Amino acid sequence: MDRDLNLGEMIITRLINIAGYSAIIFVGMIFYFLLREGLPTLNEVNFGNLVSNRWYPIEAYFGILPLLGGSLVITIGATLIAVPFGIGTAVYLAEIAPRWVREILKPLVEVLAGLPSVVLGFLGMLVLAPFLRKYLQLPTGLTAFTGSLLLGGMAIPTVVSVAEDAIDAVPKSYRDASLAIGATKWQTIWRVTLPAAKSGVTTAIMLGVGRAIGETMTVMMVSGNAPVLPGGIRALFKPARTMTATIAAEMGEVATGSVHYHVLFFIGMVLFLISLLINITASFVVFRQRQRQERILS
Amino acid sequence: MTDQKGTRVRYLKQRLGFRLLSSMAILTILPIIAVVIYIVIQGAPAISREFITGFPEDGMRAGGIWPAIVGTFYLTLGTAIFSVPLGIGAAIYLSEYAPQNRFTQMIRISIINLAGIPSVVYGLFGLGLFVLFLNFGTSILAGSLTLAIMTLPVIISTAEEALRAVPQAFRTVSISVGATKWQTIRRIVLPEALPGILTGVILGLERAAGETAPILFTVAAFFLPRLPNSPLDATMALPYHLFVISTQVPGMPIKIQYGTALVLLTFVLSMNIIATVIRSRARASRQW
Repeated sequence: MDRDLNLGEMIITRLINIAGYSAIIFVGMIFYFLLREGLPTLNEVNFGNLVSNRWYPIEAYFGILPLLGGSLVITIGATLIAVPFGIGTAVYLAEIAPRWVREILKPLVEVLAGLPSVVLGFLGMLVLAPFLRKYLQLPTGLTAFTGSLLLGGMAIPTVVSVAEDAIDAVPKSYRDASLAIGATKWQTIWRVTLPAAKSGVTTAIMLGVGRAIGETMTVMMVSGNAPVLPGGIRALFKPARTMTATIAAEMGEVATGSVHYHVLFFIGMVLFLISLLINITASFVVFRQRQRQERILS
Repeated sequence: MTDQKGTRVRYLKQRLGFRLLSSMAILTILPIIAVVIYIVIQGAPAISREFITGFPEDGMRAGGIWPAIVGTFYLTLGTAIFSVPLGIGAAIYLSEYAPQNRFTQMIRISIINLAGIPSVVYGLFGLGLFVLFLNFGTSILAGSLTLAIMTLPVIISTAEEALRAVPQAFRTVSISVGATKWQTIRRIVLPEALPGILTGVILGLERAAGETAPILFTVAAFFLPRLPNSPLDATMALPYHLFVISTQVPGMPIKIQYGTALVLLTFVLSMNIIATVIRSRARASRQW
């Protein structure tokens, strides 16, 4: 019986180990398949074409700059919204709100995280876009700005939850010390608590930015889908097209293995690398903070 | 000694600052409530027995959305079959077995990365691996696997947190009365962590149920006037259906669009509410 027990224990331990390694395997596999289908682009499309500013696949113009630009403009806009509101809400929840308010608001922020992007895109098209067109006197309401507004909202839950955790993790003794020497609660928040939570808050911002760059359906539905290289601040109020939206809109119509197909995978590869860069940097910030906290505690 | 005027100014600043932050929080929350209420009001008139249980007619401009509801149900179920055992297994590994070394740190970084990969890139990956390379075709199987990998990080990180919250003393006692490590995990640690794990699972599946981009090229059928018969069939799905009828079908009655949005929102939000209730109950009844 003891041997059965040992065998069972061994098998289960094996399985758990494999499950543990799975995340690494999946990231590797995703990267491999993006490379496999995306890299042929570099043989099929000459480099000058790829970095030109014309995206018109029907006539074999595969310039990805307008798409990069579209993603950039919309993401910057979204960040400008998500960061102040996200961090403001996080500080409010962690430091100011009475307990019962916190108990109600936190689940509501989670509801926002759970709203399907296609539902927000749908409302964006039907309600927000006509509203913006009327009040900003634009020729169309489907602009980069509309995308930024919605994406900013969608990135807020990410920023709030990560930033709130970071603020919450600041030891109470820091605040007590500050209050004891006569600082107000407000001064304590800005000069003690937030600086102490700096790396966690940075992570929150980066993950929020990552969320905005990667968003697909909403941005495809409300941003007007025009692959034009943005120039200047006015581009914000014109239609734009992101990398994600391009893949989603065009992949359904291309022949498997065609040049266009490979280019779309190539764009996917670029997106993957951007998110990898953001997330690896963000996780190193987290690890550094954890190490520092352990030092302080010991 | 601080002069009184300075003190007054500082507290005035604090009052204004608090006011500012609370109005920012309100500005963040209000639109969420507004969105939900607006969709309920606009969508409710479309809801009827035929709308829920009927098939689309007249190029989707009339009739019901039953195939899309069934499709989303199957996809969510399929996602659960793959992601729940794998996700909980990975969480157990990280919380109970993993040594503190560089390799474990690499696993953690991979999980953070999986969480950050854009949903449409998951769609590309699913197309490349499951649909084409493994030749599953556009099918429920291919879509479920794609969605499962996407939900994995949510399940792993919440489940790990729940497992870690179980006090170490529980494990020590169990081991000291002669239980093996796995027996301890199965009989002591997992039951204690169950509510937290369940919350993570439901939140992960909620995300899978609402996603459109990963299923665009792996599952979704534009219009399929029958229910899927096997995991290798393509299917309609609620999020994709809403996308199709709000952007691709001219002359679509707005009532049906809002009705579909309401059904999708109900599906997703009820999962959200279940998860929230489980978590707050578990917190209230916790004895340690």
